Amino acid sequence: MSSPKGSEKKPASEVRSTATQNLKKKFKPPKDEHLLRKTKNKKPNNTFTKKAEGRVVKRQLPKFKSSHGKTPNSGAVQKFSRPPKTGQKGKEGAQDDQTEEDPFPGDAPIPHARLQKHKRGKAEDLDKNGVTFLSNRIHLKKKEKLVKYAVNLAARSEILLPEETGFLEPAKGDCTSEITQVQIKSSVDITSATKQFDLSMQFGPYAINYLRNGRKMLIGGRMGHVAAFDWVTKQLTCEMNVMESVHDVAWLHNETLFAVAQKEWTYIYDNQGIEVHCIKKLNNVLRMEFLPYHFLLATTNDSGTLSWLDVSMGKMVKRTHTHLGRLDVLCHNPRNAVLCCGHSKGTVSMWTPNFVSPVVKMLCHTQPVRSVAVDQSGVYMATSSIDCSLKIWDLRTYNCLQSYKLGCGASNITFSQRGLLAVSMGNIVEVYKDICTETIHKPYLKHFVGSSVSGLKFCPYEDVLGVGHARGMCSMLVPGAGEPNFDALESNPFQTKSQRRETEVKSLLEKIQPELITLDPFELGEVNRQSVIEKFEEKTRYMV
Amino acid sequence: MDKDMLKKQIENMKFQATMERWPLSKSIAADDSKMKVKVLVRNPDDYLRETKRDIHKLPRNYDPALHPLEAPREYTRALNAVKLERVFALPFIGCLDGHRDGLSCLGKTPDHLSWLYSGACDGELKLWDVAKRRVLCTVQAHDGFVRAIAYSQESSSLYTVGDDKLIKQWKSEAEDGSDLKAPVNTILTGGMLTGISPHRSKPILATCGEACNLWEPTRAQPIKTFQWGVDSLQSIKFNQVEENILAACGSDRSIILYDMRESVPLRKVVLKMRSNSICWNPMEAFIFTVANEDYNLYTFDMRNLNSPLNVHSDHVSAVIDVDYSPTGKEFVSASYDKTVRIYDARQAHSRDIYHTKRMQRLTCAAWSLDDRFIFSGSDEMNIRIWKARAAEKLGVVKPREKTALRVNAKLIEKFEHHPHIKKIQRHRHVPKHVYNARNELRSGRIAARRKEFNVRTHTKRQKPIISEKVKAIVSEQQ
Repeated sequence: MSSPKGSEKKPASEVRSTATQNLKKKFKPPKDEHLLRKTKNKKPNNTFTKKAEGRVVKRQLPKFKSSHGKTPNSGAVQKFSRPPKTGQKGKEGAQDDQTEEDPFPGDAPIPHARLQKHKRGKAEDLDKNGVTFLSNRIHLKKKEKLVKYAVNLAARSEILLPEETGFLEPAKGDCTSEITQVQIKSSVDITSATKQFDLSMQFGPYAINYLRNGRKMLIGGRMGHVAAFDWVTKQLTCEMNVMESVHDVAWLHNETLFAVAQKEWTYIYDNQGIEVHCIKKLNNVLRMEFLPYHFLLATTNDSGTLSWLDVSMGKMVKRTHTHLGRLDVLCHNPRNAVLCCGHSKGTVSMWTPNFVSPVVKMLCHTQPVRSVAVDQSGVYMATSSIDCSLKIWDLRTYNCLQSYKLGCGASNITFSQRGLLAVSMGNIVEVYKDICTETIHKPYLKHFVGSSVSGLKFCPYEDVLGVGHARGMCSMLVPGAGEPNFDALESNPFQTKSQRRETEVKSLLEKIQPELITLDPFELGEVNRQSVIEKFEEKTRYMV
Repeated sequence: MDKDMLKKQIENMKFQATMERWPLSKSIAADDSKMKVKVLVRNPDDYLRETKRDIHKLPRNYDPALHPLEAPREYTRALNAVKLERVFALPFIGCLDGHRDGLSCLGKTPDHLSWLYSGACDGELKLWDVAKRRVLCTVQAHDGFVRAIAYSQESSSLYTVGDDKLIKQWKSEAEDGSDLKAPVNTILTGGMLTGISPHRSKPILATCGEACNLWEPTRAQPIKTFQWGVDSLQSIKFNQVEENILAACGSDRSIILYDMRESVPLRKVVLKMRSNSICWNPMEAFIFTVANEDYNLYTFDMRNLNSPLNVHSDHVSAVIDVDYSPTGKEFVSASYDKTVRIYDARQAHSRDIYHTKRMQRLTCAAWSLDDRFIFSGSDEMNIRIWKARAAEKLGVVKPREKTALRVNAKLIEKFEHHPHIKKIQRHRHVPKHVYNARNELRSGRIAARRKEFNVRTHTKRQKPIISEKVKAIVSEQQ
């Protein structure tokens, strides 16, 4: 801040910022002797001495009016025994940053793409829309303004995001698909290099599941080996052999509970490996998906039954017999919590717990569907079938966007948070970038895994792909796969125990009822025209 | 075998040696011959708090892709918010006990927000400290009913009128209000007095009784008298914004508007039933509300008296008193059916209803000048204090709590048209007599409407259609 008079004894090497100097100009009417004393102690600084001179000169000509950077108050300032700011600025080149014309006046413009990302629909044209009362129209316009302001603010706040995505740029002339995991591992820092590891175990093909915040990992081997561990620090939470065949594993809402689909029934275990529940109603389960916002464990059956179990209350919400045969291809759409199943007739059907029949049924391939994946934003769906084809579908229009021919039938496909698609074909895992938006010809990354792949999952918020295969599991580095900036109120990888407990309570309070699962998640904001019409008719029935 | 083992060991060591490099700067070299790679890595120090005394760090990302299912989640939150609001809706605060006869009027003063004046049917005037819920001062103001209390801002004194035909002026200078002993001034009027209202800025009082009189405190005779017809007036109020306008309710079912500067009354509108009380909107210059005997309240615009702006219905018996909130956005009405209802000034139906088994016929209602409390005076000698917003927290509200409450209120407002949320928000437990009377009245209204509809559809010569609002008005006169 502005230093007191005793500061003339300060050493000359002390740097004074322009801010303090400007403050001094504002708050202290300078006196000649005071200034001269100060200049004596200072090293010869061109700008400073110039300013001193300027001050002295200006006061002898009180009616001097500079032509530089006119402000309406410049006249008023001259009444006091302080030099006018504006005139002074003209003299010094180095310190005239305050009142000079701003070459980019106003707020910084926001890039259009960023603004579009945060928009949630088009604004209503209120003048033409049939809002009859003026006061209502004005009220709605004010609301639209607020919405626009919120969108702007959210788009601007992106500058505060701390991390940036990973990337991989090959050497000139090379392409990324020729880069091996060993090369990547040797080029990155130690922490990231430890994320690339191989575990060789002998308990059968492994299924993998990552916790929602990317912290812990669950592996389940077909021979009964189940283990939960923190894959970064390699610290084991629990490990056991359930002595039965394990078909799928899934974390529940946090790291304290996980579900294992065993030979006959489904079991729920604690994080210490203690069996907490044995759910006999979920029998012969092949695949499991957990819907985090609804606390629903969705499972598919050997006999073609889809079940939704509310894990917070232990209530079976719905069991539907699909009559479409053995369901061993399952995926859930994170945007609207709808389940997608693939069938042996080449169709993909989508199910909600509110209807007995599928809400959407689409013919994707001529041969049985081998795997289905839906990306994070819920816009694209990738399906692969036995006839070595891979198709990308748009889920808004149900059109086929891309169609690719692979080397062999893809047994597992999965999307990452940033839209990378990982495909496993036999022993090989390939990662594709921008597969949905453009037609690509080469994979982004390739990795040869020792044995046939049985499970494939990207780790949320990390650039890591977990591959479960017949002889263990392997963790691959895929730069640019994970979302760099997480929202701590959604899922926090650095959650402490108390935070975990608080989040659990909060998310239970905000648990969405299964009746609200619809294909269009924003349907709740729409007006139910039918009931409005009915009510209006009833009201005006006896109106004169 | 040994050789192989050795080879393996050597390879291992080489591999380990390569692992222990720090090649970041090397790989991000500025030449194209090397590949550039960056893998996402987070420094835990940036995401974890430093000491146990800090708050947890919460980095945010507002990207909609990370927040799926917004509409159902907000709906669930709104549902929780409206349920919590009902859980915390405990409007009754306390009871001011002490009068020995039924209450007849309440008075407020802007100088001391926690003071309340109350006049009883035995002529007693009490000054209450509402915050401590005790009497500060009691004085026998009149022989007979204390008909009205009004505070004059211009002279900082209180005026009361009673059945003994006196206007008394009181002042309480002391901070603890204990000097309300004797009136500063008394005016002997010859006639009946039922109401009083002081001018906002001039030392003039308006009283009503047989006619509307304007008094100056120093004079013994009224400076002006307005008379229209031979009927008496029930209640009179000066407009606080347009300071020279008065309005009064007459017993010939009329509402009369006067301008103090004129010599004759301005306008008169006759309704179907008599109005008991009138109150001007303190924020809008020309709006006033009357409490009518036909179970409704009517809001008029002074400039257009041939149709009310709004008809506020919901009471099941005559409405006795009405008072506006100092914000001018809501008002409270006390009714003969032992309930107090709060209305939004623009809406036809009440937003809230307060009732107690012990509260019998209400005679007066007031909204405190800090907009937080409602006072109701009743026949059984008690004044009850209620919260103006039933779910409001009265104590110190911390900033985070305040934000959470505001978010909840906004969520409820956003989803208020959804049927489940609307149902929960509107649901109130209502005394049995009110519930039964309401159903009876509703079926009567529906039957009348259906009959009119049938009559119209089956007659050839038809009377002109009158809107429901205007039906209450009989005539307007100048």
